[in-house]
Parts: sequence; structure tokens; C-alpha cells
Amino acid sequence: MNNHTKININNVNLSIGKQHILKNINVEIPEKKITVILGPSGCGKTTLLKCLNRLTDSYEDINVSGNIFINNKDILKSNGDITELRKKMGLLSQRPYPLPMSIYDNVAYGLKISGRKKKRFLNKRVEHYLKQASLWEETYDRLKEPASSLSIGQQQRLCLARGLAVDPEIILADEPTSALDPLSSQAIEEKFIHLKQYYTIVLVTHILRQAKRIADNIVFMYLGEVIEQGPAESFFNNPKMEKTKAYLSGAFN
Amino acid sequence: MSIKPGRNIRNRFHNIWMLICILLIVLMPVILAFGLYFKASLLLSDNSVFSLLFSKDWQPSKQNFGFYSFILSSLWITILSLAICAPVCLLSAIYLTQYARSNVLKLMHPVIDILAGIPSVIYGVWGIIVIVPLIANHIAPLFDVETSGYTIIAGAIVLAIMIIPFVLNILIEVFNTIPEQLTEASLSLGASKWETIKFVLFRKAFPGIISAFGLGLSRAFGETIAVLMVVGNVVKVPKGIFQPGYPLPALIANNYGEMMSIPMYDSALMMAALILFVVVLLFNFASRFAITRFELRI
Repeated sequence: MNNHTKININNVNLSIGKQHILKNINVEIPEKKITVILGPSGCGKTTLLKCLNRLTDSYEDINVSGNIFINNKDILKSNGDITELRKKMGLLSQRPYPLPMSIYDNVAYGLKISGRKKKRFLNKRVEHYLKQASLWEETYDRLKEPASSLSIGQQQRLCLARGLAVDPEIILADEPTSALDPLSSQAIEEKFIHLKQYYTIVLVTHILRQAKRIADNIVFMYLGEVIEQGPAESFFNNPKMEKTKAYLSGAFN
Repeated sequence: MSIKPGRNIRNRFHNIWMLICILLIVLMPVILAFGLYFKASLLLSDNSVFSLLFSKDWQPSKQNFGFYSFILSSLWITILSLAICAPVCLLSAIYLTQYARSNVLKLMHPVIDILAGIPSVIYGVWGIIVIVPLIANHIAPLFDVETSGYTIIAGAIVLAIMIIPFVLNILIEVFNTIPEQLTEASLSLGASKWETIKFVLFRKAFPGIISAFGLGLSRAFGETIAVLMVVGNVVKVPKGIFQPGYPLPALIANNYGEMMSIPMYDSALMMAALILFVVVLLFNFASRFAITRFELRI
């Protein structure tokens, strides 16, 4: 494992009931790069992503084996504070789910939860992260309005801001543009390219073109298995596996 | 041409039938209110509304019809029963939807439905056999009170148990409709499960919770048989939970068709029904109002 590997997924198997969803997953995710998990729908991309911050804990009849090392610590084995683990990762889901509170409180939520309640500190942080998510210009005069009053593209940027506000090291994004219009999608993609200098980004998508646009590193999954992984350039220009070639040529989706 | 003649007419005719059905439903409460008002108008022409509502004097033979003690009994019992039922339902609903395995909820659904289906007379009998002696022999002595057990609190407990399945069902529905991703969003921001429930789910569910309680309140306010069996039915302004009461529905059920020879009595009972009707309506409006006010803020 070299110095630049942020997340190391080692022999992970996951099943829910009798369904074997992830099969022998071995993946290395480099630090401060955009790693795209690519694959057709239902191949286990999202489940793999949820393993990383252990949102899978709340599933019934789930069985996970293997190791996931983050900063050289096995998060599957640790019985420590799971909220600490989750705080290291910002999650962006398929559709934005703003918390049922004001724009301001959405961003301040994570900070308040971890006990940082000083008004001046919060004001500064909220402004900082809204700017980082390119939302400040549109919202600075309506911070007290409910988050649900924003457009869906704005909501997704708000979700990004609130995720960044807990000061994560990793951003997990599960098809974050699938509910957005082209312009909003572009805004999010540009944001990711900008943010990768500070964060390790793991993005799940089934949109090939999106992967081409922003990926540094690709993990291609099919039916619960990792077929091929590596730097984006060699993946797209010089795929090694037959399945990858077929997928890239559009033989299946 | 295979199209049957008159097809258009039939098509329109079906529509009209549906419209008539809806009109019937919409008109029902209006007709009811007018009917009650018409019957009660005799009493209202002799007395001011204010004196009817706030006079404690109930002597039908002397033509004194003050509803104050009945209204107060009803309010006491209803609010007390909601106070008992609310935390029980809320905690059960949160447990069933957030903590329990999904098959526990599947098991609970028929149990709740059975509870909801038990006739109210049976709850009344159970109240007389279990709750009334329990209060007389064990609970009231704790507070140094001597009572027969036929009290406001007995009515409230029986009533609470009767509306629990009703309110619980709505609450489960309310919590189940909250998307799981909202929970995940909160968890991924480092919130614990309880913080997520307290700060996010509870807020999201708040309008639903209010409407569940509002409906429960309306139902409790009108519930008759089970309550009148355990509440004592003494015309007196209740001064505590260990005193007997005489709620409005019990007044109507006990006396309608009985002492009709007394002039105005018939009209007075209709007035009681009208008060019942209006209060339930107010409960509904109030909870609607609370919901819309809150929904603007989230």
C-alpha cells in the first residue's frame, strides 16, 4: 500500500439475506483524486459506497466480511464511535435531501451536532462553505428561508456545502447529478474538479461521458464484481478486459 | 361503425353520478349542522349563547340549561386522554419505524387493527372491571383521595387506550413516508441515531404528528359509550382528575328519548350536540392551521 492510497478495500464480500451483492471487492482509492465507480445499474456501486461510511449498518440481514482501510485503520472492524467515521466523509446522494430546516441551519447542522454553537463561528463557517459550493451569491439574503424553497440544483449544492461543513477528508457522491439539469450538473462537476485538491472524491455514476470528463481513476464494476480498475486514461484508451471493451462500446448499459 | 349510439350520453351520465356522490358527502356536514342548529334554535331564542356555555346551572325542570360542567368534563377527559396516549403512541411509532426489525412492524399491524376493531362497549366493560377498581383501591389512595373509581381519570384512561390504535396507525404511516435518504443524510453528517430522530425526523414528521393528534382529539371528544360507563355521570364542574364528570356525548346518550316531557329538553340536547359538533370542527381547523403554519417554515 503506497502513501497515496486513501482507502484500501480488501476482499470485501457483502450479502443481504441470500443475495450476494458484492463479491471479493479489492479496490485502492488514491488520495486527493477523483475516483469514479462506474458500471450499469444494479451492479453494487451504491452499496459499495455505503460500506465506506457504514450506512449499511442499518440494513437488515446484512453480512459484510473483509477489510476496508481508511488512513490505515480498518473501519469494518472498529467498534469505536461511528459518528466520527461518518464525519470524515461528506455524502451526496442521487437527489438532494435538504434537512427540514432553513438554508443556514442545513449547513450549520453538522457543526451544531458536534457541539460548535457559537453564533459568530457558525456565521463565518456557513458563509465559507456556501461560497465553496458556489451558493452564497444566490442565498446570502435568504439564509433563514426553508431549504426546500431552493431549486433542485441549488439544493444539491446546499447538500454539498453541508457535507463540506463537517470538514471531511473524503467526499462520497452517489450519482449526484442524476436528478439535475445539464447546467446544474456541470456546476457540480466543476466543483468536484476544483475540490479534489483538498478532498479525496469517490463518485458513483453510470454516465460514461461524465466519468470521461472528470475521472482520474476508474473502478469498473459489473454484477457485484470489480472487472477492471486503474487510471482513467489507460482505462478508456486501452481497456484490458473483454467486458470493459463491450461496456465502453455501448454493448450493455 | 361499431360505436354504439348514445355512447357520449352514457359517458356523461357516469360523470354525473360521481358528482352526485361527492355532493352528498360534501353536503352531509352542512345539513347536519343546520339540522342541529334548527332544533337548538328554540333554546337559543330564550337564552344567550354565552349564558348557555358558561352557566353551571343545570336544572331542566326549572328551565335552567347551563352546559359549563358538561363542556368542562368533556375537555378534561379528552385532553387528559390525549396526554396519556400521545407519548405512548409517539414512542411506539418511533420504535416500530426506526429501531425494530421490519417483521416486528408486520406483526404489530394486525394487533393494532384488532385493537381498533374492538367495540367500544367492551372497552367500557373492561374499564368497569379493571380500571375503576384499580383507581378506587390503589391509585386514588396514593394521593389521599377517596373515590368510587368512577372518575375523570378512569374515562381518560379508557379513552386513551381506545384512540391509541387509531393515532398509532397514522403516526406509523407518517414516519414511514419519510425517505430513508433523509436519515442517511443526517447520519452521514455525524449525527447519532437519536439526534437524527430528534432534529430531523421529528421536524419532518411534525405536521403529520399534529394531524394525527388532531384526529385523535376529535375522535376522543365524541366517544360516548365507553366513557359514560366509567366516568360517573354527575352534573358538577370537575375540580380534579379524581372527581366524576359528565361529558357532552354521555348527556345526549343517557337522556335522549327519556325526559322528553320536560319542555325545551329536546332542544337542549340538540344544543349539546351542536356544541360537540362545533368543538370537533374547531379541533380540525386548529390542527390544519398548525400544519400549514409549520409547513411554511420547513
